[in-house]
Amino acid sequence: MIKTRAIAVMILIAAVMVGFFVYYSQVYSRTAPTSTLGRFPFKLGLDLAGGSHLVYQADLSQIPATEAASSMIALQNVISRRVNAFGVSEPLVEVQGGNQLIVELPGVTDINQAIANIGQTPVLEFKVLTAKEQQILASTTATMTAAEQASTTMAAFQPIGLTGRMLQSAALNFDSTSGAPVVSLNFNAEGTALFASTTKANIGNVIGIFLDGDMISAPVVQEPILNGQAQISGNFTVAAAQELVRNLNYGALPVPITLVSTETIGASLGQSAVQGGIDVGIISFIIIGAFLILWYRLPGVVAVCALGVYTVIMLALFKLIPVTLTAAGIAGFIITIGMAVDANILIFERMKEELRKGSPLALAMHEGFARAWPSIRDSNTSSIITGIILYYFGSTSVVTGFALVFVIGVIVSMFTAISASRMFLYVIAPKNDSKVSRFLFSNGFHFKKSVTAAVVTPNITKK
Amino acid sequence: MFIVNHRKFFYTFSAILVIASVLAICIWGLDLGIDFKGGTLVELNYPASSFPNGRPDQATVLSQISSISAVVPNLEPSIQSTGDTGYIIRLRNVTEPEKVALESTLGITDNASTTVQEKQFDSIGPVLGAQAARASVMAIIFVVLAIVLFIAFAFRKVSQPISSWKYGIVAVIGLIHNVIIPTGLFAILGHFYGYEVDTLFVTALLVVLGFSVHDTIVVFDRVRENLRHAPAKKPFAEIVGESINQTFTRSINTSLTALFALVVLYFVGGESTQHFALALIVGIAAGTYSSICIGSPLLVTWEKWQAKKAQQAKTGKK
Repeated sequence: MIKTRAIAVMILIAAVMVGFFVYYSQVYSRTAPTSTLGRFPFKLGLDLAGGSHLVYQADLSQIPATEAASSMIALQNVISRRVNAFGVSEPLVEVQGGNQLIVELPGVTDINQAIANIGQTPVLEFKVLTAKEQQILASTTATMTAAEQASTTMAAFQPIGLTGRMLQSAALNFDSTSGAPVVSLNFNAEGTALFASTTKANIGNVIGIFLDGDMISAPVVQEPILNGQAQISGNFTVAAAQELVRNLNYGALPVPITLVSTETIGASLGQSAVQGGIDVGIISFIIIGAFLILWYRLPGVVAVCALGVYTVIMLALFKLIPVTLTAAGIAGFIITIGMAVDANILIFERMKEELRKGSPLALAMHEGFARAWPSIRDSNTSSIITGIILYYFGSTSVVTGFALVFVIGVIVSMFTAISASRMFLYVIAPKNDSKVSRFLFSNGFHFKKSVTAAVVTPNITKK
Repeated sequence: MFIVNHRKFFYTFSAILVIASVLAICIWGLDLGIDFKGGTLVELNYPASSFPNGRPDQATVLSQISSISAVVPNLEPSIQSTGDTGYIIRLRNVTEPEKVALESTLGITDNASTTVQEKQFDSIGPVLGAQAARASVMAIIFVVLAIVLFIAFAFRKVSQPISSWKYGIVAVIGLIHNVIIPTGLFAILGHFYGYEVDTLFVTALLVVLGFSVHDTIVVFDRVRENLRHAPAKKPFAEIVGESINQTFTRSINTSLTALFALVVLYFVGGESTQHFALALIVGIAAGTYSSICIGSPLLVTWEKWQAKKAQQAKTGKK
């Protein structure tokens, strides 16, 4: 008994300490964000903190399947560099589903400039036009207008798989004879090999250098280039050549991307959602608490304490893991409060049945826990399965945000129901089996009936 | 025993609800949100400090949008009031330059100094939408499959009088019931009040799945326990009836606590989670009802049907 009491007191003290941690870390995160406690604020999702969520679709059709993943990582690195240049705090750039890139910009709601900067980066491609093709073109396009000629010619170029992905560096140089600015390219090992074999096979053919689908230069191959060096000599101004070099070095996109989704949430909407979430949490806690105490009496008080322990543990976990809280996540948390109560209700109902059968209080309590356990275990397992599936198949941050909180909540509630509730209940269990204690541990609003039932039933079972 | 004895009444009641829901879904269909079909949603706020006469009327805003139809064609805008000072406008999916044109015609220049506030701007491409819809259907199918398997596993030691996988099937029948009813309600609300089905709604359905399995398992668990301790001759119907009675209060009370939280979420939680809360309230109410009045009685029906078939086979042999 002393041991049980000690454990119960320890659980209470720990819960209070966790509660203090939750409270003060929130206070310090505003006043002293770098202090030990202040490093654990609640992490709010974009829908609560305000900000922008962009989804880009990458076109991987030109990339061999084996290189898709590495291209996406290269793309992620390039976009990250671009995004970091905006000076946004904690931007997120991540690959989703193999061919999508998610960019999150917390606090940024005026994103037109950001999108323009991300999208500005050029796609560099090398394509080949054979001399034979060129002759055919010359005869077929003779009667066409200049614009038609250009588009037909562009379409005749064949991709050779050499892209900006294989670029090591670019530099600004000046042509030694004309003094015009040129852009020198230096390929990586893969690019060098490919460029060497292509130039070897295409002597006398034209290699078109395309930037964002536009041909900027179309030199004729004079001799194989084996060292991975190439030059683009378009009709550049110095400024344009400089910009191209910078973009190629810092932002040549390995694969073309298109913006498929833009979501921007203003900060005011987020604030009202946070306040709404807090209000809902407090009000539902009070209503559920009142219901539990009215119906389950003394065990109801225990359940409310256990629910308090559950709440502080959850809040602390949100800070420590950290879980990015969204409106859906908060809704998930509120639902798990309802589910956390269920384990207690199962136990108390079972306890009441044992009391009705005429078991002494201590035995009834013990049996209540033991017999409710399979139900608690099986039903929570099915909830956890549901949550995990949701987490893995949830396509949007709304669903995954909900699922994560839901799974954590179910696991923690199982723990608080079987440890905290049990310890608290054992501690307050009276030694004598008086009418008053039976009343306190019984439940429902027809208390007279349940007390008489408890007295009468043993006679029936003895038959 | 009341519920088991009058099970045909409850079956009929549920059948009516399910058929009505299916009809509503078939006739009116579901109003898909932009996260499934793609499109744009803009939420504007006209603060009283800058608009002392209140927000401009809907026709003014719509004419602002149609004034750029030369640059941005086929927007097909629909407008809806939100709060006292805001509008939600729905359009087709727009590209970045189109977004800029749209924002400037609506008077949103930049976020700091503007009088019209853009509280929310979502534009989702149709590909992404289709992908989200597919993922949602996959998630529902996987949850249902996982639950059948789990129940068959958890009840593996129960084989008399009906085998464990039948508990799984009965649970899934209950699940389908619980998911169809809120979906039907949203088909009706979608038709009359423009309620949309979005990823949050699918999340609500999945929670209803989880919650109602939770409920059903508690009753089945009691059946399992009572079967183990029952005398051999005791009719199955009686065991199930007792199990329902024993778990009745718990089922109602658990649902009540969840419903308390959800009703508060509905009224206090703000607009973004209101429809989500409604779907959950209806789904959980249906779930509690079905775990008490449909799930376990179906076990009895199945057992009786099995016994009848065995009886017929016997007499047929003679």
